Amino acid sequence: MQLEQMYQEIILDHYKRPHGKGLAESFNAEVHHVNPTCGDEITLRVTRDPVDDQKLLVSYDNQGCSISQASASILFDQLNDQTLATGEQAVDHLVAMLQRVEEPNEDVLGDGIALVGVSQYPARVKCALLAWMAWKDAAIQALGQEVSTEGEK
Amino acid sequence: MSLLDVATLRKDFPILSRSVRDGKNLIYLDSGATSQKPTSVLDAERNFYETHNAAVHRGAHQLAEEATIAFENARANIASFIGAQTNDVVFTKNATEALNLVAYSFLNATLKSLTGAPLPAGAQRFVLAQGDEVVVTEMEHHSNLVPWQELCAKTGAVLKWLGLTDDGRLNYADLDTVITARTKVVSFTHQSNLLGTINDVAKVSAAARAVGAIVVLDACQSIPHMPVSVEKLDVDFIAWSGHKMLGPMGIGCLWGRNELLASMPPFISGGSMIETVTMEASTFAAPPQRFEAGVPMAAQAVALSAAVDYLQAIGMDKVAAHEHELTTAAIAALSEIKGVRIIGPTDSHDRGSAVSFVVDDIHPHDVGQVLDSLGIAVRVGHHCAWPVCRRYDVPATTRATFYIYNDLNDVKALAAGIKQAQEFFGSN
Ligand SMILES: Cc1ncc(COP(=O)(O)O)c(C=O)c1O
Repeated sequence: MQLEQMYQEIILDHYKRPHGKGLAESFNAEVHHVNPTCGDEITLRVTRDPVDDQKLLVSYDNQGCSISQASASILFDQLNDQTLATGEQAVDHLVAMLQRVEEPNEDVLGDGIALVGVSQYPARVKCALLAWMAWKDAAIQALGQEVSTEGEK
Repeated sequence: MSLLDVATLRKDFPILSRSVRDGKNLIYLDSGATSQKPTSVLDAERNFYETHNAAVHRGAHQLAEEATIAFENARANIASFIGAQTNDVVFTKNATEALNLVAYSFLNATLKSLTGAPLPAGAQRFVLAQGDEVVVTEMEHHSNLVPWQELCAKTGAVLKWLGLTDDGRLNYADLDTVITARTKVVSFTHQSNLLGTINDVAKVSAAARAVGAIVVLDACQSIPHMPVSVEKLDVDFIAWSGHKMLGPMGIGCLWGRNELLASMPPFISGGSMIETVTMEASTFAAPPQRFEAGVPMAAQAVALSAAVDYLQAIGMDKVAAHEHELTTAAIAALSEIKGVRIIGPTDSHDRGSAVSFVVDDIHPHDVGQVLDSLGIAVRVGHHCAWPVCRRYDVPATTRATFYIYNDLNDVKALAAGIKQAQEFFGSN
């Protein structure tokens, strides 16, 4: 049944027990993205890692459907404390996978490959991408900035 | 026993016999977004193109004459459906455009008054000064909210709104404080597309009349579903869409009081809406042509007229009674499911067939997806009424809307589908 292909067990697990949800107090960049057709929202903060400032710590708070929430939880697993290059590669692959132009690559997306079933439902692709687009936006902003002591504690 | 012979009616709607999602029978519960179309409507549009097609109100060849007659006959039929005079009905693209037409009349009259040029007789009513007030309600569709926000932002008028009670009704107790001597226009919905609430038009318009404000009614969700007569409603403008009442997409209507239409400046300008044109300036045609610039949607008007015929053959009283029966059943069925909460009135008096609900611990999107997998088409999201979701503190809802081709089996299927979603997501 198609429904189970989209709502794989792994997705439902992330949805019910999301990883990394909750906003860090300090951050270099904060973005708020919404999906205007359905009202899904995410606030995502990126903080440059004090040890290696090319790596980005991620925190977020969100509300929305199981797909958008699970996708944010997976993003946290994959991209927390990673570089922009690693993250962009993952975002690009996720987009390509959802457009069915690339086969799922677990090395790049981890549990995110379970989102492949979403590609059958064009209306839900935006839900799956919401957190990742927010991350990209925040990551670019955070790196564009000088590291400020104010933003890091 | 149902009031309508739904099984027979359904045969008139070709799309209802298709299947969706791996062979499931389609159960269409999204008529609030757009209705399905009977064969007679599809045929009317096709017949226009096959036998009379020409640009209306231009040219004198036989086809042009026939097309113009068909177009104007359609207008007459559609107008009579709501008890209106033919020339008081303006065709627009949809209700959104009809509402913008009124909002822009205020803007354009206001801008014109700033040039110091004399205004046509009666147009002063559309001129807004800083601090004048525009009143809407908290249950408006974005199409009856954003145009007024824009008008206020451009003119310095102030937007005010009537709030909602916890049970999904307008808070009439605040009418006298929200509508004041500065109120120039009150625009509100006849029936909420999210809550299903049918508003007391007489009560709101009496308050508006008392201060001399213009009254605009968004009848998108009422004209398709119940008898509506301009003679019985004390309002100045009524906007609605053809596609929600079995008609085609691309046509909506604005009914306006004759003397108001006559005093309003044009909205969109160009061909068809003029009286005389020189290189320096133009004068404008009388309504409704003044507001119908460019080649109009004649085939769609003819098809909408066929939709009116179809509804009239059933009888709008029967349509309303049938929907009332389904709505009552849906409210009862949903109320019985643990973890389901209806957003909107839970009693079926003064209530239309839009039934919005939330299910504990399952996002509306996910509820909708499970229903979709069962062939049940509902709408999920904020239904272009985001402030209503905020008012009831829900991110979104799942909404079922019922129409003439739905029956009690559809209500049962909906309830069963919701339970299946609960099982699937492991709540309850
Ligand atoms: C109450 C209400 N007003 C306005 C509209 C806008 O109609 P349209 O999109 O056809 O212009 C709708 C359609 O959803 C509606 O339900």
